[in-house]
Amino acid sequence: MALIEVERLEKHYGEGEERTDALCDISFKIDEGDFIAIMGPSGSGKSTLLHIMGFLDRPSSGIFRFEGKTIDEYSDDELAAIRNKKLGFIFQSFHLLPRTTVLENVKLPLVYSGIKESLWDEKARAAIEAVGLSHRISHDAVHLSGGEKQRVAIARSLVNDPKVVFADEPTGNLDSKSGQAVMEIIQDLNDKKGITVILITHETYTAEHAERIIRIKDGMIDNDSKVSNRHKASEFLK
Amino acid sequence: MSIKQLFKISSAGLIVNRSRSLLTILGIVIGVAAIIMVMALGKGAENLILKQIQGIGSKTIAVEPGAESRNMADFSSLFTDSLRERDLEAIRNKTNVPHMVSVTPVVMQSLAVSYDTESKRTNVLGVSEDMLPMFDITPEKGILIADEDVKGMSSVVVLGAEIKEKLFGFSDAVGEKVKIKDRSFRVIGVIGKKGQVGMLNVDELVAIPYTTAQKYLMGMNYFQEIIVQTDSEENVLGTVEDIKATLRESHDIDDPSKDDFQVHTQADAMEMVSSVMGALTALLVAVAAISLVVGGIGIMNIMIVSVTERTREIGLRKALGATNSNILSQFLLEAVILTIAGGVIGIIIGALLSLLASAVLSQTVSSGWSFSFPVSAAVVGVVVSSVIGVIFGLYPARQAAAKNPIEALRYE
Repeated sequence: MALIEVERLEKHYGEGEERTDALCDISFKIDEGDFIAIMGPSGSGKSTLLHIMGFLDRPSSGIFRFEGKTIDEYSDDELAAIRNKKLGFIFQSFHLLPRTTVLENVKLPLVYSGIKESLWDEKARAAIEAVGLSHRISHDAVHLSGGEKQRVAIARSLVNDPKVVFADEPTGNLDSKSGQAVMEIIQDLNDKKGITVILITHETYTAEHAERIIRIKDGMIDNDSKVSNRHKASEFLK
Repeated sequence: MSIKQLFKISSAGLIVNRSRSLLTILGIVIGVAAIIMVMALGKGAENLILKQIQGIGSKTIAVEPGAESRNMADFSSLFTDSLRERDLEAIRNKTNVPHMVSVTPVVMQSLAVSYDTESKRTNVLGVSEDMLPMFDITPEKGILIADEDVKGMSSVVVLGAEIKEKLFGFSDAVGEKVKIKDRSFRVIGVIGKKGQVGMLNVDELVAIPYTTAQKYLMGMNYFQEIIVQTDSEENVLGTVEDIKATLRESHDIDDPSKDDFQVHTQADAMEMVSSVMGALTALLVAVAAISLVVGGIGIMNIMIVSVTERTREIGLRKALGATNSNILSQFLLEAVILTIAGGVIGIIIGALLSLLASAVLSQTVSSGWSFSFPVSAAVVGVVVSSVIGVIFGLYPARQAAAKNPIEALRYE
């Protein structure tokens, strides 16, 4: 059974003449442990697709299955719980809480997890360690560099041991060197921890870090193919 | 999510915006402080008045002329001549009022008292020989009014400390003559500083035999009041009934509703003062409560701004797994923490200010003024401010909870 199944998915906004179609007739499957890039120019509908797959939005029609169940089978609170425990999000603009330390930022998903508070510190420290930011643990997140901020965001996405990590233009606000460092961590999540990664980007080069690229244009799948010559971020850095 | 964790999140949100939080609660602080002050000072004034009434002694009963007044503006009793010498004699008769130990009529008029070139207008009291001992008043120099002075309509006067000082300065007054309404009175006694006893300011006292006052100064043959003292507190109520029966017989009244006199005890007076002060305090508290409502609206305002400003934070929390009710609780609790903090600070400031005001009042108004912390007002203050937090925090918190995470994350 595929982890994620999308069948004839559609999403449109507005009604009648004002209606705009963001997604038309999208179908694909993603297995557990896959590393997929969803690529397309801005306005192509790739973000809308991410929001639906991330349980932040509901489709207008069609089916989106996660672990065999469609989104309609979950209540809003259950969706919140899935986002908390099974999904991790990495955003282009980091979305860290200002005037809050790295440690507290990484702990944020644990607050809503129902996990005992005594375990939070250990889990958060492990996640921060995994992205190599232990030396910044009690710094205010605002004072970090862009690359460091994104690594805090990655640590935050990992803290609840998710099945899937969604990365929405994770290198969009970074210089190429920090971007590569971030991509290396993301590749490691997939290679070493077996986490399913869904990467959203408009850059071919970034997309080619994935195993497979789904190209979207004007709300429709343009192309869905394996990457033949996959980039390894760790090699680039050497 | 546990209450403790929720509390941590909410308080962290407030601490991050600490100067704004402080400004936000100012309205609540002022409102609660005002209520505490009004109630503390109201209670202080009430205690002072009650203390003064108690000063008359719980064994005294006041008989006043005229029917029970129907409203506050009815001053007819002041001009009623229904209490006369025969009533005094009837009350003095032990067979009529067995528990009476002493009795004095009171006549009173504001008159000028002068000595040499000094003159002062004051209330001149016409009393019997029983009056001053009844109030535990003893002379510092000379003697008090005696039985013979009353019977003989002597022109003698007993002066309080302040009036003596005003007229005579530091020289001796006993034996000197003062003029009251063109008639000469010999000063027979001076009373030391004693301050207020009941409704009577002893230091301003000018007391003469009531017979003299009636005949030569005021031209009246009735009394404005008769004060009766009983042998014990337990007999006060019985004595009230004895006096009523005696006066009804003396006035030929069968129907108690046609009484042309009133009999009051200390308890009556205390009850009246308490109810008047209670009403007054309630009115002032109601005015102060308006500022609490205004403070609550201020909090709602700031919370709405805060929710808009923190749209991204809300979106992020939702993306990371916060449910709508998590977000609602967070912002509602922020409002409640703000208002409770405002309430507590208001109670402290209000208590300190009323402590200060009480200290000033005890110096200027009366040494009997004391500070009492209104515990009930403090409790009400905290409860009301948390209720205000819930009421005015609910709308912004609902707005926060209703935010769409996608829109919220996109918000710049």
